[in-house]
Amino acid sequence: MTTTPSQPFPLVFGLDTFGDVTNDENDRPISHAQTIRNLVDQGVLADQVGIDFIGIGEHHTDDFPLSAADVVLAAIAARTTAIHVGSAVTVLSSDDPVRVFQRYSTLDAISGGRAEVILGRGSSIDSFPLFGYDLADYEDLFEEKTNLFAELLKGSPITWQGKTRPALHNQDVVPHLESGTLPVWIGVGGSPQSVIRAAHYGFSLMLAIIGGSPARFAPFSELFRQALESFGREPLPVGVHSPGHVAATDEQARDEFWPRYREVITRYSRIRGFAVPTEDSFMLEIGPRGALHVGSPETVAQKIAQTLTSLGANRFDLKYGMGGLSQESVMTNIELYGTQVVPRVRELLADRERDLALRPAGVS
Amino acid sequence: MTDDGHPRIAVLGAGHSGPVVARIAVEAGFNVSIAASGDPAKIALIARVLAPGAEPRWAAEAVADADVVILAIPIHRFAAFDPALLAGKIVVDIMNYWPPVDGRQEMFEDRDLGTSEIVQRRLVESTVVKTLNHVGYHEMDDERRPVGSPDRRALGVAGNDTAAVRVVANIVERIGYDSVALDSLIAGRLLEAGGPVFGASLSRPEFELALRAVAA
Repeated sequence: MTTTPSQPFPLVFGLDTFGDVTNDENDRPISHAQTIRNLVDQGVLADQVGIDFIGIGEHHTDDFPLSAADVVLAAIAARTTAIHVGSAVTVLSSDDPVRVFQRYSTLDAISGGRAEVILGRGSSIDSFPLFGYDLADYEDLFEEKTNLFAELLKGSPITWQGKTRPALHNQDVVPHLESGTLPVWIGVGGSPQSVIRAAHYGFSLMLAIIGGSPARFAPFSELFRQALESFGREPLPVGVHSPGHVAATDEQARDEFWPRYREVITRYSRIRGFAVPTEDSFMLEIGPRGALHVGSPETVAQKIAQTLTSLGANRFDLKYGMGGLSQESVMTNIELYGTQVVPRVRELLADRERDLALRPAGVS
Repeated sequence: MTDDGHPRIAVLGAGHSGPVVARIAVEAGFNVSIAASGDPAKIALIARVLAPGAEPRWAAEAVADADVVILAIPIHRFAAFDPALLAGKIVVDIMNYWPPVDGRQEMFEDRDLGTSEIVQRRLVESTVVKTLNHVGYHEMDDERRPVGSPDRRALGVAGNDTAAVRVVANIVERIGYDSVALDSLIAGRLLEAGGPVFGASLSRPEFELALRAVAA
């Protein structure tokens, strides 16, 4: 596998959440409304501790009540100055690309050019029945709507026609983007066609790695690089989204995270029919060959550095806040991530870069 | 068969699992082709990067030259799939029916039958074997181990035709898993989502125990 030793893009560190409902001091789930207000506070703290991005994944369930992520992002934008705000992901297939464009160009206006969009399917499919779409049409919907979204990004007026929404004739779609563009990513969980699609439209690649070894996605980075080349495009950033939790010590992080992870994954195991996680499988997932980034700041920093290096990626978004954790532990996680983990990853990667630069020519 | 007596494999599908299966089959020394629904040129890059050594071909040509066909297409495309294409072949069905994830498919709604029984009923002129459906496409590569490794994972191989099960079990073994034969597609229901071994990393004794516990 050839990964470019010197990264052409700046390192970016973000946080993603699905708006997981936290528990109160009596270990009872808090209300949806309080969850959303807490989430705004989380975004403000993330900005204060220097985190580059906060993303909210669209979901429509009782445990993830974040169906209108852009509204929450606008609230965060209004109280912050530097952090980028975006979706993680926008379920474009069950939405109208015109509305998605309008909402995120509005967010871009409010935030002074800090909006980003990550398009994808996400881990949940609840928006399909809710809005009257058939999951079997997923691929066709995503393909056509991505095409329209790419056209909208080129600016108005737009003329377009397809099968999934009414045609547009010389239509002005507002608000216009102030800088003329918006960073757009495609979130990919395992579909090589989605990698090719991202390259085709010139969107960046966000690899969602939620189980198994992060390194196994290295061929996807390579596929993206080669696909961009075959479409005559310049290289584009590659990011990684993975779940995790940071606390003062490895033991504390595990003790806080494991029971909540077990609860959430067991619930989804029942729906999807796969084996429930055991303590052994959890320990594998938080080890070097697993996808969970759980532990002390040093442990998590080492793992993120390893993940980014093995994938030739320049961005890491930590999916924080497993459902059932307390708001306090979530806030501590954000603070430690910003003040300790991110600076340490930068240090580790700079060391690696220097080692590579010092290596004698001809040795690989 | 190739000169060394190994079956030629055609993988149908270039989505989540097709390229992974193709790659690990190439690495196990098999002659492998891979096909999607259309022009092989469209999957040439995917094949080159994700399954180096697997030849991208038109589906009909890949199948014609193959002894074993691995069916890794999206299950919602199966209803429109032409059974004649697979006539006379051993077909390994690695698909799963997951309505909460993939949506409802009328054809697979008969809950009295296993999904591979439904596949076999439609592919009347093929010999269907069920395996590889109960290991995640994200684990298939990482969890391979050489014969005799203490942590070698077991996979079930189910089918009505003993000879076909043996051929497919040999492929599974060479790829890097212990195989546990189940003597019918009816028994293969145990390999489905919600069953005792779905997504579970088990050694052969653990796997057999899990199956017996349910059968009892």
